[in-house]
Amino acid sequence: MVIVERQRTIEQDPEVRAKNFEEVSKGFDEKTMLIEAARCLNCKTAPCKKGCPVGVNIPEFIMELQKNNPLKANEIIKKTNSLPAVCGRVCPQEVQCEKYCVRKAKLGGSVAIGALERYAADAGLKSQEKVQPPKERKNIKVAVVGSGPSGLSCAGELAMNGAQVTVFEAFHQAGGVLVYGIPEFRLPKDIVQKEIDKLKELGVEFKLNTVIGKTFYVEELLKEYDFVFIGSGAGLPMFMKIKGESLNGVCSANEFLTRANLMKAYLPDSVTPIQRAKISVVVGGGNVAMDAARTALRLGAEKVYVVYRRSRQEMPAREDEIIHAEEEGIEFMLLTNPVEILGKDKVEGIRCIKMQLGEPDQSGRRRPIPIEGSEFDLKCDQVIMSIGTSPNPLIKNSTKGLETTKWGTIVVDENNETSIENVYAGGDSVTGAATVIMAMGAGRNAAKAMLKKAEENK
Amino acid sequence: MNKLLKKRKLAENIIEYVFEAKDIVRNAKAGQFVILRVDKDGERVPFTICDYNREKGELTLLVQTVGYSTARLAQLEVGDYVHDLVGPLGNATDLSHADRILLVGGGIGAAVIYPQSKQLKKLNKKVDVILGARDKSLLMYEDEFSKYSDNLYIMTDNGSKGEKGFVTDKLKQLIDSGQKYDVVFAVGPLVMMKAVSNVTKQYGIRTIVSMNSIMVDGTGMCGGCRVTIGGETKYACVDGPEFDGHEVDFDEAISRASFYKEHEKEQFCKIKG
Ligand SMILES: Cc1cc2nc3c(=O)[nH]c(=O)nc-3n(C[C@H](O)[C@H](O)[C@H](O)COP(=O)(O)OP(=O)(O)OC[C@H]3O[C@@H](n4cnc5c(N)ncnc54)[C@H](O)[C@@H]3O)c2cc1C
Ligand SMILES: Cc1cc2nc3c(=O)[nH]c(=O)nc-3n(C[C@H](O)[C@H](O)[C@H](O)COP(=O)(O)OP(=O)(O)OC[C@H]3O[C@@H](n4cnc5c(N)ncnc54)[C@H](O)[C@@H]3O)c2cc1C
Ligand code: SF4
Ligand code: SF4
Ligand code: FES
Repeated sequence: MVIVERQRTIEQDPEVRAKNFEEVSKGFDEKTMLIEAARCLNCKTAPCKKGCPVGVNIPEFIMELQKNNPLKANEIIKKTNSLPAVCGRVCPQEVQCEKYCVRKAKLGGSVAIGALERYAADAGLKSQEKVQPPKERKNIKVAVVGSGPSGLSCAGELAMNGAQVTVFEAFHQAGGVLVYGIPEFRLPKDIVQKEIDKLKELGVEFKLNTVIGKTFYVEELLKEYDFVFIGSGAGLPMFMKIKGESLNGVCSANEFLTRANLMKAYLPDSVTPIQRAKISVVVGGGNVAMDAARTALRLGAEKVYVVYRRSRQEMPAREDEIIHAEEEGIEFMLLTNPVEILGKDKVEGIRCIKMQLGEPDQSGRRRPIPIEGSEFDLKCDQVIMSIGTSPNPLIKNSTKGLETTKWGTIVVDENNETSIENVYAGGDSVTGAATVIMAMGAGRNAAKAMLKKAEENK
Repeated sequence: MNKLLKKRKLAENIIEYVFEAKDIVRNAKAGQFVILRVDKDGERVPFTICDYNREKGELTLLVQTVGYSTARLAQLEVGDYVHDLVGPLGNATDLSHADRILLVGGGIGAAVIYPQSKQLKKLNKKVDVILGARDKSLLMYEDEFSKYSDNLYIMTDNGSKGEKGFVTDKLKQLIDSGQKYDVVFAVGPLVMMKAVSNVTKQYGIRTIVSMNSIMVDGTGMCGGCRVTIGGETKYACVDGPEFDGHEVDFDEAISRASFYKEHEKEQFCKIKG
């Protein structure tokens, strides 16, 4: 028997794409899609499904793709995943659905579930069908705080079921991390916009430039709305608290990516400035670090280093992004940690120390320990800190009675309800920095709970 | 979208704008600021809330035209709209615990101390004001300040109005002549706030300054506005904008303020043609 290998998506050549902001992966064409879809064995037990946080019915949608029915496939996915065009692109599939695929080890590799999902979703977006607003309008009013994946999916689920939804967003544009964090070359912004437009067609109202906790308080929202959902994310950047961190040329990945993505500073005639460095050092090993490094490269850096204190195996970034970054020529300095940023007014270099891995820590990963006397200096003119984020305390500080943990995350029950009655929360604001699909799942869960409660209280 | 209702030139390069901003002024307090974008692809620029009228839903900003975005703003006519306006951001200043207050405003800093003087005077506090500018053409709000202060002192670098000298000269003179202040609130260019803080430190007078760091979001998510206060990193947008002047690392702030100068000059030249 010939084993058909996992098909690869069409990708821009690394040398070309390192200089542009167009999407790196172009996905499958029809022919490759059909070959890949045919690889799915339609397992009865569908082990892949248990790896998906929202339980997408994977064999069923792939079966439709086998019959070349992408629109039908899209409908099936949409039953449990309201942003498939996004998830197909950014889910860490290798540790979720694809991890459990029976083909993984010996049958040519896991089925490319993410890429297939993307194919179906893109077809759905292209078909331009007007969404049908629900026939029955319910007398339920909900305020959604934040327009990231958690807020959008919560709003979508509610609106589809006839509730009246208003989304409040602090920024001048809706989308959360999908528009200010994840770069165009990984997630084209018109895809996010199309999803938002669909919500508008469903009757969801967006109030931009509105900071809850400043412009309005949660308490005030509760007077006008039956329920409030807090999906404010985890946008507060951490710094290392090392010497030299206030020098010009040091910034958080959040600042760098927001300037580049949301403010479009990557375009040559943008009015928002951004530093175009010669040698850039990005500190961290997650998706955010990969995005910052690859953005710095595309802005013209001659050399980009990623400095990460553990080994490659422990890097939390998606496998694809690490590979793409390597292909583009980004150099990984693993088992290395910065101890000081050097320079007078501006960054001139960074002092690092080599690390080794010790015993596993609470996270189960082996704890990195500095190797004494192994310090070395690296010349650079930019340092981008990408070592993590925590929830913004704005809402916590302005909302009496909202229970939070010592990390600032909001405490919720299994229905995503907080310590304040009728106030729900979900996504990164509850879990700390996590994933798009987890945030979406939480938003939907909260929406369902609200609808159920409203029904019961009728 | 917020409509420009009134526009008035106050001094060379300084314009007072009144915007329709019902939602923003509802919870606004003196000391807070807003961020606006003139155009769809514009930059996010912060301005202090200079005055507001809750009943009418009006917001007053005092803006010095210094670069691209402020020049774009100056091109707007009454009836035009700014694309985005968000706020109120930052913390309110509350000087009401003090009884004798000295407000020091340098240049556009007048926009920040004006709402304070108005509010404090209404509370029947003793309020003295020192206004400083390079030249008399750059002075603003003199009538307003006269109305809302016990003593108004004007200082110009060239002596074209009031006394010749810096605000710090007047500050020293007032303290040395026996005037007692519980708190000094100084707002203006970084070098001015640094100089004022140095003077008051010698006399042990509590001093508050307003840090106008470069900002992006204004909600604590970028860290671009960070300042070092007493050795600790703080975000001007959410922990400030006001800080204890004796704790601020001014030299670092001065260096950070100049980071994007080159780009800004280029953009400004484009609009001036
Ligand atoms: C650069 C980057 C790359 C990433 N890459 C991936 C990836 O490849 N795959 C993946 O699965 N995950 C990735 N993630 C993580 C993922 O994006 C997040 O887990 C997800 O976006 C969380 O969704 P959320 O809805 O909880 O919050 P967010 O997406 O953070 O959205 C929160 C929204 O709320 C708004 N807001 C905050 N406070 C207020 C307030 N007080 N009032 C009004 N609005 C407010 C914010 O402006 C924001 O728009 C990445 C994250 C970043 C930063
Ligand atoms: C909390 C706060 C309150 C402020 N209040 C007022 C006010 O009431 N009236 C007023 O005229 N100005 C105020 N400013 C300063 C004002 O934001 C800048 O003058 C404005 O951003 C300049 O934009 P520009 O494009 O015209 O000039 P640019 O050419 O961009 O810059 C000119 C100068 O402004 C500084 N600057 C540029 N961008 C920013 C930014 N995003 N944030 C802060 N500073 C920046 C630059 O360092 C430079 O020194 C305030 C700033 C802050 C942070
Ligand atoms: S939503 Fe994500 S985890 Fe679920 S099937 Fe799709 S790609 Fe896999
Ligand atoms: S485990 Fe793999 S082969 Fe089996 S149904 Fe899921 S995707 Fe198809
Ligand atoms: S302006 Fe971004 S954190 Fe203050």
